Amino acid sequence: MMQTSAARRDLALAAIVVLLFVSVTAAFPKFARPGNLAEILDDSAILILLALGQMLVILTRVIDLSIAANLALSGMLVALLNKNYPGLGIGPVLLIAVVSGTLLGAINGLLVWRLKLPPIVVTLGTMSVYRGLIYLLSGGTWVNDNQMSPQFLGFIRYELLGLTLLSWLAIIGVAVFAVSMRYTVLGRNLYTAGGNPSAATYTGIDPGRMQCIAYTICGAIAGLCGYLWVARFAVAYTDIALGFELQVIAACLIGGVAIAGGIGTVAGVVLGCLFIGIIRNALPLIGISPFWQMGINGLVIVVAAVLSARRREQKRAILETQAA
Amino acid sequence: MSMPSFKALWRWESMLSLVLIIEFVSFASLSPYFLDVWTLSDATFNFTERAVIALPLALLIIAGEIDISVAAIIALSSVAMGLAAAAGIQTPGLVAIGLGTGLAAGMVNGALVTLGRVPSIVATIGTMTLFRGVAYAVLGDRVLKEYPPSFSVFGQGYAVGALSIELSVLIVLAVMFGLFLHVTRWGRTIYAVGANPIAAKWSGVPVDRYRFALFAVTGLCSGLAAVLLTSRLGSTRPSIAQGWELEIISMVILGGVSVWGGKGTIPGVLLAAAVLGLVNFGLGLLNVPGIVMSIIVGALLISVVALPVLAERWWGRPVGRHS
Repeated sequence: MMQTSAARRDLALAAIVVLLFVSVTAAFPKFARPGNLAEILDDSAILILLALGQMLVILTRVIDLSIAANLALSGMLVALLNKNYPGLGIGPVLLIAVVSGTLLGAINGLLVWRLKLPPIVVTLGTMSVYRGLIYLLSGGTWVNDNQMSPQFLGFIRYELLGLTLLSWLAIIGVAVFAVSMRYTVLGRNLYTAGGNPSAATYTGIDPGRMQCIAYTICGAIAGLCGYLWVARFAVAYTDIALGFELQVIAACLIGGVAIAGGIGTVAGVVLGCLFIGIIRNALPLIGISPFWQMGINGLVIVVAAVLSARRREQKRAILETQAA
Repeated sequence: MSMPSFKALWRWESMLSLVLIIEFVSFASLSPYFLDVWTLSDATFNFTERAVIALPLALLIIAGEIDISVAAIIALSSVAMGLAAAAGIQTPGLVAIGLGTGLAAGMVNGALVTLGRVPSIVATIGTMTLFRGVAYAVLGDRVLKEYPPSFSVFGQGYAVGALSIELSVLIVLAVMFGLFLHVTRWGRTIYAVGANPIAAKWSGVPVDRYRFALFAVTGLCSGLAAVLLTSRLGSTRPSIAQGWELEIISMVILGGVSVWGGKGTIPGVLLAAAVLGLVNFGLGLLNVPGIVMSIIVGALLISVVALPVLAERWWGRPVGRHS
């Protein structure tokens, strides 16, 4: 039941995204140029990766507000590393970005799992702390593109079959998520832990541990995206990606991830991100100021939330009459 | 809420007062400029506008809901006032428009949560994006600053001596909210709604009506904060009050309000507002950059919720705010 309703929702969202794409293309045939499509994907890649990480967290009934601060701190760390040791190459940079992100994510996870602290408060707190640490780490200075090594900047721009390596990373990420959320024990456990924590406990799954794992994976992704972000925009400073956490959550909500946990699909999240990406790319073409982007996103979230709440109400009504 | 936990809450407020006193003494000894009536009056501007929103938000969180859109409502109200001012409307009209926009935005939130049955965090993340998005869509990268001279009185004026109008507004509101929450029947009902909404509903409490009213009041106070802030700055950009939602929520939680609902006091929230505002101002006086402050706030926030849990684990009995 849940599977089919999620599939139906994904299908509807896909139809909307395709419709959006077709109508923009009808008006501006250049929009469907392969080059432009590759650009949309390149633009959306970081959002897609982060939204997948956030999806895991929301699935298990918690939330990660520190995701953008984690990204910024890990990004600053590797930017400084690259500035001081430009000869290290790309391997250590990737490794340290992921390790730092993982640790920062694990802190959230342990606080929520071991101490049973409210997730909003914990991640609000770590968000502030991580942001402040960037300042202490960098002394408030910027790392500019002329202080970054060519490999550091070039890695994500390396083109393979017409797509940048950044886009390929997103594609690989989506593939890994699609397979593991459906076919691995961990993936199924995450859904179970969020869908019904008490039932999960009885079947031997610790929901708290699942939350901790979700936070840790989400942190690892945020760390990786820290490097991607810094390399893509060729600058690192204290305020990078400020407020981006709410955009990531917005992408999840548009993609049909339920804040109450247990419901959400990889396809939905990717479609949600593409929806945002297409609108962002199309607005200037249609001649509408890009300043409308945020308002449109907000409207979409509100409408999507009301629609899914309505559907949930109906389902609950059925359950209650059956119980009575 | 039983008496023992009320006492525990009281202890939390004493701790905040102690922190406030320590702050006072240390800043006074570190900087010779601190203990001056006008310096202290300046310091209050650091928290008055945020505290004006923290009061209704505390009630909302005690009732088990949350509003993330408060800062976006400030932006929306401010843009509405800016456009009205550009069209030649005078100060009383501007205030009415600012408050009205805030109230309307709050009612949208309330309707989404009560009629639309959307969880409040989702609804207000949506309206946050929507309200701020409308502000950006209308204003783009422009700035509005054609405010009439008399409009500046709210944010820059003084009621008596060094007592600013902003601070007097906050004091009046704090007394009103404090009495409402801690003395009236409606206040008790808010605790009941937050502690167990289903039980409250079965006891005949019109839960949805309370929720709607609280969202509306939070919107109205956000509109009021928009009037104060816009008047103080004298200009409107769509990015006005960016990021304040999380600062205001931090203020409420530091004040001892439980995010699970059902617990918290107005004096606690006020003390937390003053503590945060003073730290901000004092560190500025000592030339410490504001961002360092965010580490302290973040660590405090986590400690506030972690300490009672750790204490319970180590001493095997509930200590502090967990009953």
